[in-house]
Amino acid sequence: MAAAPVLAQAASVDPWILAFSLVTVAVTIWMGFRSRKTSKTASDFFVAGRSVSVGWNASAISGEYLSAASFMGVAGMVMSSGYDALWYPVCYACGYLFLLLFIAGPLRRFGAYTIPDFAEGRFDSPLFRKIAVCFVLFIGFFYTMPQMKGAGVTLAYIFPGMPYWGGVVLVGAVITFNVALGGMKGITLVQAFQYWAKMFAISVPIFVLMSVLGFYNQHVGANRAPGETAAPVSAITRKATPEKAPKDEAWIAPFGPLTTKAVNAAAAALPVEQRAAYLAEHQRPYSLLYTYSLIIALVCGTAGLPHILVRFYTNPDGVAAKRTTMWVMILIGVFYVFPPVFGVIGRNLMPELYAGVGAKGTDKVVLELPTLLSARGSVLGSVLSGITCAGAFAAFMSTFSGLLVSMTGALAHDIYGRILRPQANQNERLFAFKTSAILVGSVAIVLGCFVEPLEINFMVGQAFAIAAASYFPLLFMSVWWRGMTMQGAATGMLTGGLCALGAAALTNLGTLALDKGPMGKIFAGFAPLNAFWAQHPLLRILCEQPAIWTVPLAITLMVIVSKLTATAVPGDIRMKMLVLHAPEKLGLKQEYIQEHQAGAGH
Amino acid sequence: MPPPSPAHDDVVHSESFLRSLMRRQLALSILCGATFLAALLGMPLLNYFAPELMATRVAGFTLSWLILGVLFFPFVWIISWFFIQRSIALEEVEVDRAQAGKEPR
Repeated sequence: MAAAPVLAQAASVDPWILAFSLVTVAVTIWMGFRSRKTSKTASDFFVAGRSVSVGWNASAISGEYLSAASFMGVAGMVMSSGYDALWYPVCYACGYLFLLLFIAGPLRRFGAYTIPDFAEGRFDSPLFRKIAVCFVLFIGFFYTMPQMKGAGVTLAYIFPGMPYWGGVVLVGAVITFNVALGGMKGITLVQAFQYWAKMFAISVPIFVLMSVLGFYNQHVGANRAPGETAAPVSAITRKATPEKAPKDEAWIAPFGPLTTKAVNAAAAALPVEQRAAYLAEHQRPYSLLYTYSLIIALVCGTAGLPHILVRFYTNPDGVAAKRTTMWVMILIGVFYVFPPVFGVIGRNLMPELYAGVGAKGTDKVVLELPTLLSARGSVLGSVLSGITCAGAFAAFMSTFSGLLVSMTGALAHDIYGRILRPQANQNERLFAFKTSAILVGSVAIVLGCFVEPLEINFMVGQAFAIAAASYFPLLFMSVWWRGMTMQGAATGMLTGGLCALGAAALTNLGTLALDKGPMGKIFAGFAPLNAFWAQHPLLRILCEQPAIWTVPLAITLMVIVSKLTATAVPGDIRMKMLVLHAPEKLGLKQEYIQEHQAGAGH
Repeated sequence: MPPPSPAHDDVVHSESFLRSLMRRQLALSILCGATFLAALLGMPLLNYFAPELMATRVAGFTLSWLILGVLFFPFVWIISWFFIQRSIALEEVEVDRAQAGKEPR
């Protein structure tokens, strides 16, 4: 009896899409297995022996960075919200400039395995390491949730009828297994391969689609801007946009539905006659505030992502770290031009996605858009859709494994290796790495099952906001200000980071309470939160995009508390600063290590 | 602060060397960072105060969409290329300076 629906499902699976996806998964796993033979020591596992060349490393960082949010989420959000969503790809790419200008070189010179290593070394404080480790896990879990949603959406698309959670569990388990076997050396190879897989998977289908369906500029031009009587381009035959879709003028212009949601909700709660006046007064200023807060979160957050920062330690020196960053910006910048094109074409030609929710909504536009060509009676649509599905697999698999490695590193290297059992031997450490990988993977899968109603891109933005208020101030201030003390750094990072974390969690709980599916029932207790926010739209914006107050708060606290505890500045601060800033050729790092070991006795 | 040990009584370990090192590098970073921030933070302001200008059509795109969706990326590459050239040159000058200072005085 049970076989009949399974067979019916199997018949509806497109063989091309399935084949491309399976090949991506198989190659990823095969590379993980192959690298197992070459990664033996703990150093191989954590930072790939510190000997990765600029080209490999830049591809690997880009491969790890371009997550489900970049591959699927950006397109989905451009389709659902329009212009305002463009801030995401721009700031995802340009945030690296901040990393390059202020952090990349010094951080690499200081030389440590992880950010918690840096935190301890810079302030000579094992206690601070424990605080810093917590944020690797906080940011990591917030970042894995959208990757898991990407997995659920993609598998639900490939196998129609498969439940959302099925995809989450399947993909989560495969990657966890892979990381537990290969470690980071394997991952560098896999990540570099996956960048090029994603680049191919986003660019080739979009060029074919554009040549058949009309180019990027024509599709943008088919939408009427405010003040125009008609859209300037009439060559594109659009499908009728449903009621749920934003209007042309709101979609194409700045300060559209994404940034005005809170004010619109507040206006809807008012009597009809007051609405227009209320909107005219509040909509644009609040929207500007939202935009700035979003920009701060993304730009500063990029410079504080633990799973990206750990990769800078795999560069041979500070100059290589800078060159790597520049190549990363070029590689991901080229990539980010393409996803919005899917969103724009999707708005004009696939508006039925506006009606879908969760796994059936706009987040799957990248996967489904190429099938428009199938409707014209060619197999090309299926092939291209297979390619974008393979790219989506590459996206959430590479980012999830990168996050898994850095979170597992935090658990195995920092908590087990440094805090619980410092005397553990090589084999025990490797065993700890594998156990931690399985533990972290399982928690990520469980969290992933809850987030179907949330937008992929939005969730990644929240992880950035937490990083922006915790690691970014820590790194920026401790690299450039020698007066910083452990107490100041800890107070600022904890307060800023936890405020951002709390705000993001509240926003998600409120959104989940609105869901019409099962999640709405589980989180129904948080519904009053939405009523409160309808009364106070400003608070809603500050909660949804907290960076505009949490980043300055963290930095201010760091300065004030450090001034109050000025006696706690490490005694050898001048030497530490020299190691951070002087070129490697002067050989100061060696000298520092020797002195540190000699001085450790007294 | 304890008196510097004799082994550290050279240019590299002096307060003035560290100060000038950090000041030069920070000045370069801030110059590049300010250019970037002016463009990035200026965009929302232009959208806010000059919406008609930013809605001008350029080959189908609105001006605002063209800048943010396409032109912003090469702009940032130029800044980063400039920064890397300058910062590597700066490091070489510093190495020369430090090594000249290590000679017996």
